[in-house]
Amino acid sequence: MNQNSSFVEFRNVQKSYDGKTLVVKDFNLSITRGEFVTMLGPSGSGKTTCLMMLAGFETATYGDILLDGQPINKVPPQKRGIGMVFQNYALFPHMTVAENLAFPLEVRKLGRNVIKQKIGNALEMVELGELANRRPAQLSGGQKQRVALARALVFEPKLVLMDEPLGALDKNLREQMQYEIKRIHENLGVTMVYVTHDQSEALTMSDRIAVFNDGIVQQLASPATLYEEPENAFVASFIGENNRFSGTVKSLDSDRCIVTLDDDDCNIRALPINITGHGSRAILSLRPERVVIDPEEGSLPNIFKVRAEGVTYLGDHIRCSVNFGQRHQFIIKIPNSEQHPVLKPGSDFRIGWAGRDCRAFNA
Amino acid sequence: MNEMVARTDTLNTLTADAREFEGKALRAQLARSTRLEKAKALLLVLPLLLFIGVMFIFPLADMMLRSTDNGPVAELMPDTAARLLDWDQFTLPDEATYAALARDIQTAQKERTLGKIATRLNFELSGIRSLLTKSARKLAQMESSDESWKQRLVQIDQRWGELATWSAIKRVLPSVTATFYLSSLDLAYDAKGEVVRKPPERAIYVDNFIKTFAISLGVTLSCFILGFPVAYLLSVLPTAKANLLMICVLLPFWTSLLVRTTSWIALLQTHGIVNDLLVWLGILSEGNRLDMMYNMFGTVVAMTHILLPFMILPLFSVMKSIDPSFMRAATSLGASPFTAFIRVYLPQTKPGIAAGSLLVFILAIGYYITPALVGGRTGQMISNFIAYHMQQSLNWGLAAALAVILLIIVLILYWLFNRIIGIDKLKLG
Ligand SMILES: Nc1ncnc2c1ncn2[C@@H]1O[C@H](COP(=O)(O)OP(=O)(O)OP(=O)(O)O)[C@@H](O)[C@H]1O
Ligand SMILES: [Mg+2]
Repeated sequence: MNQNSSFVEFRNVQKSYDGKTLVVKDFNLSITRGEFVTMLGPSGSGKTTCLMMLAGFETATYGDILLDGQPINKVPPQKRGIGMVFQNYALFPHMTVAENLAFPLEVRKLGRNVIKQKIGNALEMVELGELANRRPAQLSGGQKQRVALARALVFEPKLVLMDEPLGALDKNLREQMQYEIKRIHENLGVTMVYVTHDQSEALTMSDRIAVFNDGIVQQLASPATLYEEPENAFVASFIGENNRFSGTVKSLDSDRCIVTLDDDDCNIRALPINITGHGSRAILSLRPERVVIDPEEGSLPNIFKVRAEGVTYLGDHIRCSVNFGQRHQFIIKIPNSEQHPVLKPGSDFRIGWAGRDCRAFNA
Repeated sequence: MNEMVARTDTLNTLTADAREFEGKALRAQLARSTRLEKAKALLLVLPLLLFIGVMFIFPLADMMLRSTDNGPVAELMPDTAARLLDWDQFTLPDEATYAALARDIQTAQKERTLGKIATRLNFELSGIRSLLTKSARKLAQMESSDESWKQRLVQIDQRWGELATWSAIKRVLPSVTATFYLSSLDLAYDAKGEVVRKPPERAIYVDNFIKTFAISLGVTLSCFILGFPVAYLLSVLPTAKANLLMICVLLPFWTSLLVRTTSWIALLQTHGIVNDLLVWLGILSEGNRLDMMYNMFGTVVAMTHILLPFMILPLFSVMKSIDPSFMRAATSLGASPFTAFIRVYLPQTKPGIAAGSLLVFILAIGYYITPALVGGRTGQMISNFIAYHMQQSLNWGLAAALAVILLIIVLILYWLFNRIIGIDKLKLG
């Protein structure tokens, strides 16, 4: 990606808090104007650290961070013009909602009338007009969240950062807020960098997702690509549900490989992603919904006999854990359609899957 | 139609009554169900309540009564008291009164109660003590003669012929008196029984109340200026370092008050360490050594040192609870660190500032030991006068009146504080 098209850019950024371990190892990320990019990763993977470096509250120990083509390592946070929504909202408790919203405008020395108008617009945007004179302590969690969002947007920053802004909300409210944030993002066209460790949130909201682990970006891609075509074992296991097997590569072509499983010498045909060569260790990953029940003999390269162990009815689909060879807890998901097979614990049947649905990664 | 309206009305009132009845029943139920808990809670605080009752409320009430109590003169000089009851105060009393006085003095001398009478009367008019003892001595030696008692007494001392003496006696006869309160406010009765200002050289209490107020304010302010940064540091340091610093802050509590105060003397006196150092450095010449001890400055310095923890602790507890993300939010919204501090941080420390200041001020306004040791002549506070009247002059009535006035001032301040800041906003720890 060339420099002109990227609005925010991390170049080989490293960060260490204690001078011994690198929390962020070699972080590269380029975000275009107007994009909604999510940083997703397990707890402690350095997401907040990266966001804080971008906002200016932490300094990178190595590398450059560019905003609009300019390095900002030496720019203090108040001069960066970046809106930020904190996980605990950080609404000033001694100010009313209106005063909270006025704060960024007052420090920018805008006129009284302009401020009033902008506050009005911002409150309207988050649909909180009637709460202007309440204090934060008198608001519900969702309302606080909206005020925090309005405050981060009211001074019209080009870039808005959000660190797990919905972490404290319950599921319904979270979904509603996800929708609103998305709507505001589309209306205003601001660039948003969003941090979460909730993968469904990341998948529904983002243009692109950066999956974090171990201080580096494991994969940066659109939600669909991330789900369908994970590039390594971590991404495959972190995003969505997975059946995982480990084994040794027995034969390898460009688009096909055969992996012998460790426990029972069972051969599985799979799609090689980053397999290094014949005889190397591999991890196989297979989505539960890609498993076919009772396939025609010979129609699929992988067909095995299994015994059902537990069946859970989940409304829109049925989840069944089966005993596959020596492996327990092999999960299959069957969509709840009219002619779905009736599975009972203890019953034997056959399952199968296509070679391209089972991805083989270097272990 | 009207009928129907009326009927719904009665219906409404009926249901309202029912609701009210239900409400009452519910309240009664609630009261019943919490009665046991309340009893238990009361039992827990009972020892403290008793202790406070005996050790605090009772002495306080006693002090208040004492501040208006006129003393035992009326009982000890019953005849004179009876005669003076309807004396007009404009002319000298009649012969019968003089006779009663002579009788009372002699009886008192015999029963050894003259000292008490003299002490009480002396507060009213200085010099009466010697007048009474002298009169008692002379009356005992006197042979009977046909001169009137009036002549005899005036002969013994002409002050018995002055109205001021008699009105002083009359003033101590009722059971309550305002004398001590008047004295506390630098007022007194003149010979005609009217309230007048004391002459400037004897007017000390009002000035001292003002000085006490000023010293307390000064101590509170310097505690705040010194304590605020320390409390801030305490709240942001990592725990291990913060604990170490906290120990240093609390160090004043670990050594005896006397040791601390006397070490200030060693430091600040004219030939103390600080002056020696300044002279040695050539900043001061030998003749210009600073007076930093035995005056108001010494009092303020030593009291600030002692009261500092009372400012730091509430401030610290408030600051500790302020999430650092507030400051970050403020800077991310475009405020400079200074603006963020003034507009976002400082307002949130208000409960701590209020609590610390109130605590330090109220402790300071009644402080006794430090001014007594290092205050010299100009650094004495009202408590030192109260102690003086308790221990040296034994004028307990005046001591009590001064103490009550101090209490009233503190209560007024407290009320003002509550009006302006709100006591519910306090955070003491
Ligand atoms: N101020 C700090 N001093 C020292 N170490 C820190 C500091 N802040 C974070 N760390 C460490 O850096 C690592 C990354 O922390 P970070 O807060 O960026 O994680 P995160 O991805 O945001 O996790 P979470 O999802 O739990 O918020 C963690 O191991 C954490 O212990
Ligand atoms: Mg985090």
